[in-house]
Amino acid sequence: MSETPPVVKCLVWDLDNTLWNGTLVEDGHVEVDDAVRKVIVELDARGVLQAVSSRNDHDEAWARLEELGLAEYFVLPHIGWGPKSESVRRIAEQLNFSLKTIAFIDDLPTERAEVEYHLPEVRCYPAEQADALLGLPEFSPPVVTVDARRRRQMYQAGFERDQEREKYQGADEEFLRSLDLVMRIGKARDEEITRVEELTLRTSQMNATGVHYSDAALRSFLSEENHDVLVVSMTDRFGPHGAVGVMLIEKAARAWRIKLLATSCRVVSFGAGAVLLRWLTDAAARAGVHLVADFRRTERNRMMEVAYRFAGFTTAQCPCLTSFSPPEGTECLHLEPVRQDPPTTMRVITPEPHVAGPEAEWL
Amino acid sequence: MTDSTTDLTVADIEQRVGEFLEAKTRMTWEPEVDLFASGAVSSLFAMELVVFVESTFGVAVEGTDLAMDNFRTVRTMSSLVTRLRTGGDGGA
Ligand SMILES: [Zn+2]
Repeated sequence: MSETPPVVKCLVWDLDNTLWNGTLVEDGHVEVDDAVRKVIVELDARGVLQAVSSRNDHDEAWARLEELGLAEYFVLPHIGWGPKSESVRRIAEQLNFSLKTIAFIDDLPTERAEVEYHLPEVRCYPAEQADALLGLPEFSPPVVTVDARRRRQMYQAGFERDQEREKYQGADEEFLRSLDLVMRIGKARDEEITRVEELTLRTSQMNATGVHYSDAALRSFLSEENHDVLVVSMTDRFGPHGAVGVMLIEKAARAWRIKLLATSCRVVSFGAGAVLLRWLTDAAARAGVHLVADFRRTERNRMMEVAYRFAGFTTAQCPCLTSFSPPEGTECLHLEPVRQDPPTTMRVITPEPHVAGPEAEWL
Repeated sequence: MTDSTTDLTVADIEQRVGEFLEAKTRMTWEPEVDLFASGAVSSLFAMELVVFVESTFGVAVEGTDLAMDNFRTVRTMSSLVTRLRTGGDGGA
Protein backbone atom coordinates (compact mmCIF):
# COMPACT_ATOMS: atom_id res chain seq x y z
CA MET A 1 0.00 0.00 0.00
CA SER A 2 1.31 3.41 -0.82
CA GLU A 3 -0.73 5.30 1.74
CA THR A 4 0.80 8.53 2.91
CA PRO A 5 2.44 7.96 6.27
CA PRO A 6 0.58 9.50 9.23
CA VAL A 7 1.71 12.95 10.24
CA VAL A 8 4.26 12.94 13.06
CA LYS A 9 2.70 14.44 16.21
CA CYS A 10 5.83 14.31 18.35
CA LEU A 11 9.52 14.19 17.44
CA VAL A 12 11.86 12.89 20.15
CA TRP A 13 15.37 14.35 19.93
CA ASP A 14 18.64 12.90 21.09
CA LEU A 15 20.94 15.70 22.30
CA ASP A 16 24.65 14.77 21.96
CA ASN A 17 25.80 14.96 18.33
CA THR A 18 22.19 15.23 17.16
CA LEU A 19 20.53 18.36 18.49
CA TRP A 20 23.87 19.94 19.35
CA ASN A 21 27.39 19.35 18.10
CA GLY A 22 29.59 17.35 20.43
CA THR A 23 29.06 15.61 23.74
CA LEU A 24 28.11 17.67 26.75
CA VAL A 25 29.97 15.51 29.28
CA GLU A 26 33.17 15.33 27.24
CA ASP A 27 33.27 18.67 25.49
CA GLY A 28 31.71 20.73 28.25
CA HIS A 29 30.53 23.31 25.77
CA VAL A 30 28.17 22.48 22.91
CA GLU A 31 26.54 24.58 20.22
CA VAL A 32 23.52 24.17 18.00
CA ASP A 33 23.66 24.66 14.23
CA ASP A 34 21.43 27.38 12.89
CA ALA A 35 19.87 24.82 10.56
CA VAL A 36 18.83 22.62 13.50
CA ARG A 37 17.51 25.59 15.43
CA LYS A 38 15.39 26.52 12.42
CA VAL A 39 13.97 22.99 12.30
CA ILE A 40 12.99 23.13 15.98
CA VAL A 41 11.28 26.51 15.66
CA GLU A 42 9.47 25.62 12.47
CA LEU A 43 8.23 22.22 13.67
CA ASP A 44 6.89 24.00 16.74
CA ALA A 45 5.03 26.46 14.53
CA ARG A 46 3.57 23.54 12.59
CA GLY A 47 2.16 22.08 15.80
CA VAL A 48 4.55 19.12 15.96
CA LEU A 49 5.48 18.55 19.59
CA GLN A 50 9.14 17.94 20.43
CA ALA A 51 10.55 15.93 23.32
CA VAL A 52 14.01 14.83 24.42
CA SER A 53 15.55 11.44 25.07
CA SER A 54 19.20 11.79 26.02
CA ARG A 55 21.83 10.01 28.07
CA ASN A 56 23.08 12.84 30.20
CA ASP A 57 22.79 14.36 33.60
CA HIS A 58 19.32 15.87 33.57
CA ASP A 59 20.09 19.16 35.30
CA GLU A 60 23.20 19.90 33.25
CA ALA A 61 21.62 19.08 29.91
CA TRP A 62 18.44 21.02 30.67
CA ALA A 63 20.49 24.02 31.87
CA ARG A 64 22.33 24.00 28.53
CA LEU A 65 19.06 23.86 26.60
CA GLU A 66 17.90 26.88 28.59
CA GLU A 67 21.11 28.80 27.84
CA LEU A 68 20.63 28.02 24.17
CA GLY A 69 17.12 29.44 24.36
CA LEU A 70 15.63 26.13 23.25
CA ALA A 71 14.26 24.59 26.46
CA GLU A 72 10.85 26.21 26.02
CA TYR A 73 10.30 24.28 22.77
CA PHE A 74 10.35 20.90 24.47
CA VAL A 75 7.85 18.90 26.43
CA LEU A 76 8.64 15.84 28.53
CA PRO A 77 12.44 15.83 28.56
CA HIS A 78 13.65 12.30 29.38
CA ILE A 79 17.28 12.87 30.25
CA GLY A 80 18.84 9.99 32.14
CA TRP A 81 20.51 6.66 31.68
CA GLY A 82 17.76 4.16 30.82
CA PRO A 83 17.08 2.59 27.39
CA LYS A 84 15.78 5.07 24.82
CA SER A 85 12.95 2.79 23.75
CA GLU A 86 11.65 3.13 27.29
CA SER A 87 11.73 6.94 27.26
CA VAL A 88 10.11 7.06 23.82
CA ARG A 89 7.38 4.71 25.02
CA ARG A 90 6.78 6.80 28.12
CA ILE A 91 6.62 10.02 26.10
CA ALA A 92 3.97 8.47 23.83
CA GLU A 93 2.00 7.31 26.87
CA GLN A 94 2.21 10.64 28.64
CA LEU A 95 0.99 12.43 25.52
CA ASN A 96 -1.61 9.75 24.88
CA PHE A 97 -0.38 9.48 21.27
CA SER A 98 -0.18 6.32 19.21
CA LEU A 99 3.40 5.13 18.55
CA LYS A 100 2.64 5.47 14.85
CA THR A 101 2.67 9.24 15.29
CA ILE A 102 6.02 9.39 17.13
CA ALA A 103 9.40 9.95 15.46
CA PHE A 104 12.88 9.63 16.93
CA ILE A 105 16.13 11.22 15.76
CA ASP A 106 19.56 10.09 16.96
CA ASP A 107 23.08 10.00 15.53
CA LEU A 108 23.87 6.53 16.88
CA PRO A 109 22.72 3.54 14.77
CA THR A 110 22.63 1.36 17.89
CA GLU A 111 20.18 3.69 19.63
CA ARG A 112 17.94 3.81 16.57
CA ALA A 113 18.11 0.02 16.29
CA GLU A 114 17.19 -0.38 19.95
CA VAL A 115 14.13 1.86 19.52
CA GLU A 116 13.19 0.18 16.22
CA TYR A 117 13.48 -3.26 17.80
CA HIS A 118 11.20 -2.54 20.75
CA LEU A 119 8.91 -0.02 19.07
CA PRO A 120 8.73 -0.92 15.37
CA GLU A 121 5.98 1.63 14.74
CA VAL A 122 8.19 4.57 15.71
CA ARG A 123 9.89 6.21 12.73
CA CYS A 124 13.62 6.70 13.29
CA TYR A 125 15.85 9.23 11.54
CA PRO A 126 19.65 9.60 11.58
CA ALA A 127 21.02 12.91 12.86
CA GLU A 128 22.33 13.97 9.46
CA GLN A 129 18.74 14.08 8.25
CA ALA A 130 17.80 16.77 10.77
CA ASP A 131 17.94 19.70 8.37
CA ALA A 132 15.87 17.81 5.79
CA LEU A 133 12.95 17.01 8.12
CA LEU A 134 10.99 20.15 7.21
CA GLY A 135 10.72 18.98 3.62
CA LEU A 136 9.29 15.55 4.49
CA PRO A 137 5.54 14.99 4.09
CA GLU A 138 5.21 13.37 7.53
CA PHE A 139 6.44 16.60 9.14
CA SER A 140 4.12 18.77 7.05
CA PRO A 141 0.61 18.72 8.51
CA PRO A 142 -1.87 19.68 5.78
CA VAL A 143 -3.48 22.53 7.72
CA VAL A 144 -1.84 24.47 10.48
CA THR A 145 -4.52 25.84 12.77
CA VAL A 146 -4.37 28.38 15.54
CA ASP A 147 -4.57 25.59 18.07
CA ALA A 148 -1.78 23.66 16.36
CA ARG A 149 0.54 26.60 16.78
CA ARG A 150 -0.35 26.79 20.46
CA ARG A 151 -0.39 23.05 21.01
CA ARG A 152 2.95 22.90 22.79
CA GLN A 153 1.96 25.63 25.26
CA MET A 154 -1.28 23.83 25.97
CA TYR A 155 0.56 20.57 26.66
CA GLN A 156 3.02 22.37 28.89
CA ALA A 157 0.14 23.88 30.87
CA GLY A 158 -1.33 20.38 31.00
CA PHE A 159 1.81 18.92 32.56
CA GLU A 160 1.83 21.71 35.12
CA ARG A 161 -1.73 20.75 35.97
CA ASP A 162 -0.72 17.11 36.32
CA GLN A 163 2.06 18.04 38.71
CA GLU A 164 -0.32 20.06 40.83
CA ARG A 165 -2.68 17.14 40.79
CA GLU A 166 0.01 14.79 42.06
CA LYS A 167 0.74 17.17 44.89
CA TYR A 168 -2.92 17.62 45.70
CA GLN A 169 -4.06 15.44 48.58
CA GLY A 170 -7.80 15.99 48.44
CA ALA A 171 -10.40 14.11 46.44
CA ASP A 172 -10.35 14.39 42.68
CA GLU A 173 -13.50 16.42 42.62
CA GLU A 174 -12.02 19.02 44.94
CA PHE A 175 -8.99 19.19 42.72
CA LEU A 176 -11.20 19.82 39.70
CA ARG A 177 -13.00 22.59 41.55
CA SER A 178 -9.66 24.17 42.41
CA LEU A 179 -8.92 24.53 38.69
CA ASP A 180 -11.71 27.07 38.02
CA LEU A 181 -12.78 25.19 34.90
CA VAL A 182 -15.05 26.94 32.44
CA MET A 183 -16.61 25.11 29.51
CA ARG A 184 -18.04 27.10 26.64
CA ILE A 185 -20.36 25.47 24.13
CA GLY A 186 -21.23 27.38 21.00
CA LYS A 187 -22.31 26.98 17.42
CA ALA A 188 -19.30 26.51 15.20
CA ARG A 189 -18.38 29.41 12.99
CA ASP A 190 -16.86 28.81 9.61
CA GLU A 191 -13.28 29.46 10.73
CA GLU A 192 -13.57 27.00 13.60
CA ILE A 193 -14.35 24.04 11.41
CA THR A 194 -10.72 23.30 10.61
CA ARG A 195 -9.84 23.00 14.29
CA VAL A 196 -12.84 20.84 14.83
CA GLU A 197 -12.02 18.54 11.98
CA GLU A 198 -8.51 18.16 13.30
CA LEU A 199 -9.96 17.23 16.65
CA THR A 200 -11.96 14.38 15.17
CA LEU A 201 -8.78 13.09 13.51
CA ARG A 202 -6.87 13.18 16.75
CA THR A 203 -9.37 11.62 19.07
CA SER A 204 -10.27 8.18 17.79
CA GLN A 205 -10.44 6.95 21.37
CA MET A 206 -13.27 9.31 22.17
CA ASN A 207 -15.08 9.27 18.85
CA ALA A 208 -18.33 7.37 19.24
CA THR A 209 -18.65 6.09 15.70
CA GLY A 210 -15.13 5.94 14.31
CA VAL A 211 -16.51 7.86 11.32
CA HIS A 212 -14.36 10.74 10.24
CA TYR A 213 -16.24 13.83 9.11
CA SER A 214 -14.10 15.82 6.70
CA ASP A 215 -13.69 19.55 6.77
CA ALA A 216 -16.02 19.87 3.79
CA ALA A 217 -18.66 17.55 5.26
CA LEU A 218 -18.75 19.45 8.56
CA ARG A 219 -18.85 22.77 6.74
CA SER A 220 -21.82 21.64 4.71
CA PHE A 221 -23.80 21.06 7.92
CA LEU A 222 -23.33 24.69 8.98
CA SER A 223 -25.92 25.81 6.49
CA GLU A 224 -28.36 22.98 7.11
CA GLU A 225 -31.38 24.00 9.14
CA ASN A 226 -31.76 20.61 10.76
CA HIS A 227 -28.16 20.25 11.90
CA ASP A 228 -26.12 21.95 14.60
CA VAL A 229 -22.35 21.83 14.75
CA LEU A 230 -21.31 22.72 18.30
CA VAL A 231 -17.76 23.50 19.34
CA VAL A 232 -16.63 23.08 22.92
CA SER A 233 -13.71 24.96 24.41
CA MET A 234 -12.36 25.02 27.93
CA THR A 235 -10.17 27.20 30.08
CA ASP A 236 -8.84 26.92 33.60
CA ARG A 237 -6.59 28.96 35.82
CA PHE A 238 -3.51 27.68 34.01
CA GLY A 239 -4.74 28.92 30.67
CA PRO A 240 -6.79 27.85 27.69
CA HIS A 241 -7.24 24.30 26.46
CA GLY A 242 -8.51 25.55 23.12
CA ALA A 243 -11.14 23.65 21.20
CA VAL A 244 -11.57 20.37 23.06
CA GLY A 245 -14.78 18.92 21.70
CA VAL A 246 -17.25 18.82 18.87
CA MET A 247 -20.84 17.66 18.57
CA LEU A 248 -22.83 17.21 15.39
CA ILE A 249 -26.54 17.06 16.08
CA GLU A 250 -29.40 16.31 13.73
CA LYS A 251 -32.73 17.68 14.88
CA ALA A 252 -36.06 16.05 14.16
CA ALA A 253 -39.46 16.87 15.62
CA ARG A 254 -39.39 14.14 18.23
CA ALA A 255 -35.68 13.69 18.88
CA TRP A 256 -32.18 15.06 18.53
CA ARG A 257 -29.60 12.67 17.21
CA ILE A 258 -25.92 12.93 18.19
CA LYS A 259 -24.12 11.95 15.01
CA LEU A 260 -20.69 12.86 16.27
CA LEU A 261 -19.36 13.49 19.73
CA ALA A 262 -15.59 13.76 20.01
CA THR A 263 -13.62 15.16 22.91
CA SER A 264 -9.89 15.65 23.19
CA CYS A 265 -7.92 13.26 25.39
CA ARG A 266 -6.58 16.35 27.13
CA VAL A 267 -9.87 16.94 28.91
CA VAL A 268 -11.10 13.40 29.45
CA SER A 269 -9.97 13.43 33.06
CA PHE A 270 -12.01 16.56 33.71
CA GLY A 271 -15.18 14.71 32.84
CA ALA A 272 -15.76 16.95 29.83
CA GLY A 273 -17.62 14.31 27.84
CA ALA A 274 -19.93 13.53 30.74
CA VAL A 275 -20.66 17.23 31.32
CA LEU A 276 -21.47 17.72 27.64
CA LEU A 277 -23.88 14.81 27.62
CA ARG A 278 -25.46 16.09 30.78
CA TRP A 279 -25.93 19.56 29.33
CA LEU A 280 -27.44 18.15 26.15
CA THR A 281 -29.73 15.90 28.18
CA ASP A 282 -30.99 18.91 30.08
CA ALA A 283 -31.45 20.91 26.89
CA ALA A 284 -33.38 18.06 25.27
CA ALA A 285 -35.57 17.68 28.36
CA ARG A 286 -36.43 21.38 28.20
CA ALA A 287 -37.16 21.11 24.50
CA GLY A 288 -39.35 18.05 25.07
CA VAL A 289 -37.46 15.79 22.67
CA HIS A 290 -35.75 12.42 23.06
CA LEU A 291 -32.03 11.93 22.52
CA VAL A 292 -30.51 9.42 20.15
CA ALA A 293 -26.81 8.69 19.82
CA ASP A 294 -24.97 6.93 17.02
CA PHE A 295 -22.58 4.35 18.32
CA ARG A 296 -20.37 1.94 16.47
CA ARG A 297 -17.99 -0.19 18.48
CA THR A 298 -14.34 0.13 17.53
CA GLU A 299 -11.33 -1.31 19.28
CA ARG A 300 -10.56 2.00 20.89
CA ASN A 301 -13.83 3.58 21.93
CA ARG A 302 -15.22 1.49 24.76
CA MET A 303 -14.82 4.55 26.96
CA MET A 304 -17.38 6.29 24.78
CA GLU A 305 -19.84 3.45 25.22
CA VAL A 306 -19.34 3.63 28.98
CA ALA A 307 -19.94 7.39 28.82
CA TYR A 308 -23.25 6.96 26.95
CA ARG A 309 -24.43 4.06 29.06
CA PHE A 310 -23.57 5.87 32.27
CA ALA A 311 -25.50 8.87 30.99
CA GLY A 312 -28.53 6.54 30.78
CA PHE A 313 -28.59 5.67 27.07
CA THR A 314 -29.91 2.19 26.26
CA THR A 315 -30.71 0.13 23.18
CA ALA A 316 -34.49 0.55 23.71
CA GLN A 317 -36.91 0.69 20.81
CA CYS A 318 -38.80 3.96 20.44
CA PRO A 319 -40.94 5.45 17.66
CA CYS A 320 -38.64 8.48 17.56
CA LEU A 321 -35.91 6.33 16.03
CA THR A 322 -37.79 6.14 12.74
CA SER A 323 -36.88 9.78 12.08
CA PHE A 324 -33.28 8.82 11.44
CA SER A 325 -31.32 6.60 9.10
CA PRO A 326 -27.96 5.79 10.61
CA PRO A 327 -25.29 4.18 8.43
CA GLU A 328 -25.09 0.42 8.38
CA GLY A 329 -23.26 -1.07 11.36
CA THR A 330 -24.08 1.88 13.57
CA GLU A 331 -26.52 1.38 16.40
CA CYS A 332 -28.70 4.08 17.83
CA LEU A 333 -28.63 4.38 21.59
CA HIS A 334 -31.68 6.08 23.06
CA LEU A 335 -32.52 8.23 26.06
CA GLU A 336 -35.71 9.78 27.39
CA PRO A 337 -34.16 12.85 28.95
CA VAL A 338 -35.03 14.43 32.28
CA ARG A 339 -33.84 17.76 33.64
CA GLN A 340 -30.28 17.76 35.00
CA ASP A 341 -28.49 19.92 37.51
CA PRO A 342 -25.35 21.67 36.30
CA PRO A 343 -22.09 20.02 37.35
CA THR A 344 -20.37 21.09 40.54
CA THR A 345 -16.89 20.91 39.06
CA MET A 346 -17.05 23.53 36.33
CA ARG A 347 -19.07 26.45 34.98
CA VAL A 348 -20.80 25.81 31.68
CA ILE A 349 -21.58 28.71 29.37
CA THR A 350 -23.81 27.94 26.44
CA PRO A 351 -26.15 29.42 23.93
CA GLU A 352 -29.81 28.74 24.41
CA PRO A 353 -29.99 25.40 22.64
CA HIS A 354 -30.99 25.75 19.03
CA VAL A 355 -32.20 29.30 19.50
CA ALA A 356 -30.25 32.29 18.36
CA GLY A 357 -29.85 34.24 21.56
CA PRO A 358 -27.25 35.54 23.94
CA GLU A 359 -25.13 32.95 25.68
CA ALA A 360 -25.76 32.27 29.32
CA GLU A 361 -24.36 30.25 32.14
CA TRP A 362 -26.07 26.93 32.82
CA LEU A 363 -27.36 27.44 36.37
CA MET B 1 -13.07 -24.32 38.15
CA THR B 2 -11.30 -23.01 41.19
CA ASP B 3 -9.36 -19.86 41.43
CA SER B 4 -8.57 -17.43 44.16
CA THR B 5 -11.72 -15.44 43.48
CA THR B 6 -14.14 -18.37 43.47
CA ASP B 7 -15.32 -18.07 47.02
CA LEU B 8 -15.58 -14.35 47.37
CA THR B 9 -18.12 -13.20 49.89
CA VAL B 10 -19.96 -9.93 49.60
CA ALA B 11 -17.68 -8.57 52.30
CA ASP B 12 -14.58 -9.58 50.30
CA ILE B 13 -15.90 -7.88 47.19
CA GLU B 14 -16.83 -4.74 49.05
CA GLN B 15 -13.42 -4.62 50.66
CA ARG B 16 -11.61 -4.88 47.31
CA VAL B 17 -13.84 -2.24 45.72
CA GLY B 18 -13.35 -0.01 48.74
CA GLU B 19 -9.57 -0.32 48.54
CA PHE B 20 -9.60 0.53 44.87
CA LEU B 21 -11.75 3.60 45.42
CA GLU B 22 -9.65 4.77 48.31
CA ALA B 23 -6.48 4.49 46.25
CA LYS B 24 -8.13 6.38 43.38
CA THR B 25 -9.88 9.13 45.28
CA ARG B 26 -7.90 9.28 48.53
CA MET B 27 -11.20 9.05 50.38
CA THR B 28 -12.99 6.32 52.28
CA TRP B 29 -16.35 5.36 50.80
CA GLU B 30 -19.10 3.93 52.96
CA PRO B 31 -20.96 1.10 51.17
CA GLU B 32 -24.05 3.16 50.38
CA VAL B 33 -22.52 6.51 49.48
CA ASP B 34 -23.17 7.77 45.94
CA LEU B 35 -19.91 8.07 43.99
CA PHE B 36 -21.53 10.15 41.28
CA ALA B 37 -23.25 12.78 43.38
CA SER B 38 -21.15 15.59 41.94
CA GLY B 39 -22.71 15.11 38.52
CA ALA B 40 -19.36 15.24 36.78
CA VAL B 41 -17.88 11.81 36.90
CA SER B 42 -15.30 11.65 34.19
CA SER B 43 -15.76 8.94 31.62
CA LEU B 44 -12.18 8.05 32.43
CA PHE B 45 -13.12 7.27 36.01
CA ALA B 46 -16.22 5.39 34.87
CA MET B 47 -14.04 3.41 32.49
CA GLU B 48 -11.54 2.71 35.27
CA LEU B 49 -14.33 1.39 37.46
CA VAL B 50 -15.62 -0.88 34.71
CA VAL B 51 -12.16 -2.22 33.88
CA PHE B 52 -11.37 -2.67 37.57
CA VAL B 53 -14.52 -4.69 38.18
CA GLU B 54 -14.01 -6.83 35.08
CA SER B 55 -10.36 -7.61 35.66
CA THR B 56 -10.52 -8.06 39.42
CA PHE B 57 -13.55 -10.30 39.51
CA GLY B 58 -13.29 -12.00 36.12
CA VAL B 59 -16.65 -10.82 34.77
CA ALA B 60 -17.74 -9.03 31.59
CA VAL B 61 -20.02 -6.04 32.08
CA GLU B 62 -22.00 -5.42 28.92
CA GLY B 63 -25.24 -4.06 27.54
CA THR B 64 -27.77 -2.91 30.10
CA ASP B 65 -25.46 -3.94 32.95
CA LEU B 66 -23.21 -1.13 31.84
CA ALA B 67 -25.32 1.41 33.70
CA MET B 68 -24.34 4.04 36.19
CA ASP B 69 -26.74 2.65 38.77
CA ASN B 70 -24.72 -0.57 38.93
CA PHE B 71 -21.59 1.39 39.78
CA ARG B 72 -23.17 4.05 41.96
CA THR B 73 -22.05 2.67 45.35
CA VAL B 74 -19.71 0.05 46.73
CA ARG B 75 -22.80 -2.03 47.50
CA THR B 76 -24.35 -1.87 44.02
CA MET B 77 -21.00 -2.86 42.53
CA SER B 78 -20.76 -5.87 44.80
CA SER B 79 -24.32 -6.92 43.90
CA LEU B 80 -23.46 -6.65 40.22
CA VAL B 81 -20.32 -8.73 40.67
CA THR B 82 -22.15 -11.35 42.71
CA ARG B 83 -24.92 -11.60 40.11
CA LEU B 84 -22.52 -11.85 37.18
CA ARG B 85 -20.33 -14.40 38.95
CA THR B 86 -23.25 -16.67 39.75
CA GLY B 87 -24.42 -16.52 36.16
CA GLY B 88 -27.39 -14.27 36.78
CA ASP B 89 -29.08 -12.46 33.91
CA GLY B 90 -26.92 -10.05 32.06
CA GLY B 91 -28.29 -7.45 29.74
CA ALA B 92 -28.10 -7.63 25.99
ZN1 LIG C 1 -37.53 8.10 21.67
